[in-house]
This record gives sequence, structure tokens and C-alpha cells, in this order.
Amino acid sequence: MDRIDRRGFLECMAWAGTGLLWTAAGGVLSSRMISPAGAAEANAAPGTFSFVQISDTHVGFKGQANGDAAATLRQVVDRINALPTAPAFVLHTGDQTHAQKAGAFDTVAEILKGVKAERVFYVPGEHDVFLDGGQEYFSRYGRGTVGGRGWQSFDYKGTHFVGLVNVLKYKGEGVGALGDEQIEWLEKDVAPLSASTPVVIFAHVPLWAVYPPWGWTTEDAARALGYLERFGSVTVLNGHIHQVLRKVEGNVTFHTAMSTAFPQPAPGAAPAPGPLKIPEGEARRMIGVTDVTYVPGQHPLAVVDSALG
Amino acid sequence: MRSRSRVAIVGAIMVVAGAALVTADVRAAAPTPRVQIHEFTFAPAALTVGVGTTVTWVNGDEEPHTVTSRGGLFASPGLDHAEVFSRRFTTAGTYEYFCALHPRMTGTVIVR
Repeated sequence: MDRIDRRGFLECMAWAGTGLLWTAAGGVLSSRMISPAGAAEANAAPGTFSFVQISDTHVGFKGQANGDAAATLRQVVDRINALPTAPAFVLHTGDQTHAQKAGAFDTVAEILKGVKAERVFYVPGEHDVFLDGGQEYFSRYGRGTVGGRGWQSFDYKGTHFVGLVNVLKYKGEGVGALGDEQIEWLEKDVAPLSASTPVVIFAHVPLWAVYPPWGWTTEDAARALGYLERFGSVTVLNGHIHQVLRKVEGNVTFHTAMSTAFPQPAPGAAPAPGPLKIPEGEARRMIGVTDVTYVPGQHPLAVVDSALG
Repeated sequence: MRSRSRVAIVGAIMVVAGAALVTADVRAAAPTPRVQIHEFTFAPAALTVGVGTTVTWVNGDEEPHTVTSRGGLFASPGLDHAEVFSRRFTTAGTYEYFCALHPRMTGTVIVR
């Protein structure tokens, strides 16, 4: 099977929430099925590390697709802890809570204490900040971020990670927005980096126009991404839409993660983007976790989405 | 012919009076006007009520929604499926509101 055919095939598998491995080399993706042998092979290269993305844990959600979002998050933590190579860290791309339910932040923090990784980095989703403008979120997770406002960058083994906040203006316009100040900060943040530095951007609402009628876009993302054009490998990890979608544009790979709580419809496939009303067993195949591996040298990035069911 | 008309007129007056009485009774006992939230839409999108009326919103979606006034006059918490929010409108005016989680969902309460 040649690369293109396989890629097409695997894209279909991604829609079904099946485990899948993406490898990016210089921004060009290739893909193969996940296998323990493949993972071992990928992790054998020196300097290799992996991290995990979890998203849209929505603790407090109770619906047809999932009667206990905390329980599925615990299952995801078990899944992470069973990975052949422990992740260096975890990225949580927002919507920890379901509509800022009382006690939900505490529940998420308690469950994620059990994850075998050095630390968890967070960016907020609109569910985490809509009620109080982010007061509780920033009191918990603002520390160590720029001005306590939630956005941040860090380097890990030569890869530059940037966490962005694009949900604070959500209440006004119903789409993601970064704002001038954050974009100007990003410009300065990446300015000293060499173009060969792999860059990973993580934020809640997709930084590409997945489906604007449902607000699945970030209005000023193009300006931010303009500062990343010169980089050979940029990976953008988002959540918000509760399903795996992927797009490659030049050297930028966009990827959205499954929720750990409940799936949402494909863009435009329903009258509204609410939780899919499907039996729990079926929903388990559409929620899960994303494991990302970097192998330095060729700048490959392997993104593995695996569903719980 | 003339007397029949008079009877008809008197009868009509009685019916109107009766209707007025019935209306008054119904109004006193009527449940508060409701706005249903369904498929990310407020229905009715515009609701006209009298001063002093309590309006109740009911979320029929599995997704949480809010009822948040544009002018900051009132704001519900996140309403889960089947949860309700009520507010009494004591001053005439036009009250625009939206869902803080899905701001493209909008509605209006007109108080006269």
C-alpha cells in the first residue's frame, strides 16, 4: 500500500475513533497503524519523548452518552499509566468542567493527581471560564503563566510548546479569539527560535476554521499562525469539538482531540452541536486520549488517538 | 327583527363580559410564561409579557445553556438538561439575552 492510500484509509479510521499513528517529518505526514512494536521502535531513538493530550473532560456531564464523566476520565488516566513509555507530561486542552459545576475543578485535579507524568499543563475551555470570567480557573492555573492570564510557553528537549487562551472573548462573539496582546506576545516568544525548532501550539478552540456556523473556529488565528510560517514543523493541538479531525497546511499540522466525556456530531451533521445521544457503549468508541511522540533529528511527530471502547 | 337584534346584542355583551371574567381567572391561575431551549434555540425567541410577570426558561438540551442579559441585569448559572431559570420582570422595557456558552443563541423579553 503506498503512503497516500494508507493515509486515506487511516483518515477514515480516525473518524471511527480507532487508534492511529501519525508521523510528521518536516511537516509532511505519513501514517501507520499503532502497534506495540511500532511504539517501541519510535521510542528507541535517542532524545525521543512523548506526551499526552487530554481534552474536554467535562466533569459534571451526565447524559445518554455518558452517565459519569469522572469515571471515563479515570479510565483515561489508567490508559495513560499503562502506556509502554510514560509520557513526559500531559496537556489538558480545556473544558475540564461541564459549565463550571461546583466542585468539578477539584474532581479533575484529584483524578489527574493519579497520572504518571511529571506535570499537567492546562489551557482553559469556555466551560471553565464563562461563569466568572475565569476567576476560579486563573486562581488555580494562572500561576507561572504570562501575567497569570493562562497563556505560556516552555521548552522540552528542543521542542517549543506554546499554550494559548482563546475562550475569554467567546462569550461576546461565539467563536474563539486570541486578542492582540496574546498574539503580540506570541510574536516575541517565538522570535528568538531557529526555524528548525519544532513548535507545538495547544489551545482549546480549533485554530482553523473547522465549522464557523457552530463557532468552531478562532477569528484571529491566521495572524498568530503567520508568526509560525517560517518554522519547519508546527503542530497545533486543539479540543472543543469532541472528535478527531486533521488538516495539513504547509508545515502546519492541525489536530483536534476526542473528548474524554462524550462525542459531538461531525461538523454540520446535526441541527446543533450538542452531545450525541447514543448508547454509552457506542460512545466509548468515540471518546479517549491522544498520545504524541517526538523523535528528534527528522522532526517527526507521531500522534496516536485511542478510544476507550 | 329589532327585538331579535337586541337580544343578540345583549347576548354578545354578556359573552364578552363572561370572556373577560374567564380571561381574568385564567390569567391569575396561569403558569408563568415559558421559554423552551431546544437544539440551541430559545423558543419563542421573542416573548411579550405584562409588568410583574415571571418568565421561566427550561433547558431541553443535553448541552448546558445560560440565560444571560445583554445589559448585565440578570444571568442564570449553567442550566443542565431539564433545569429551569426564572426571573420576574417588574419594569417595562425590552430585555435582550443570550447564552453565555453559545452566544449565537439569543432571545428577547418585551415587558409592557
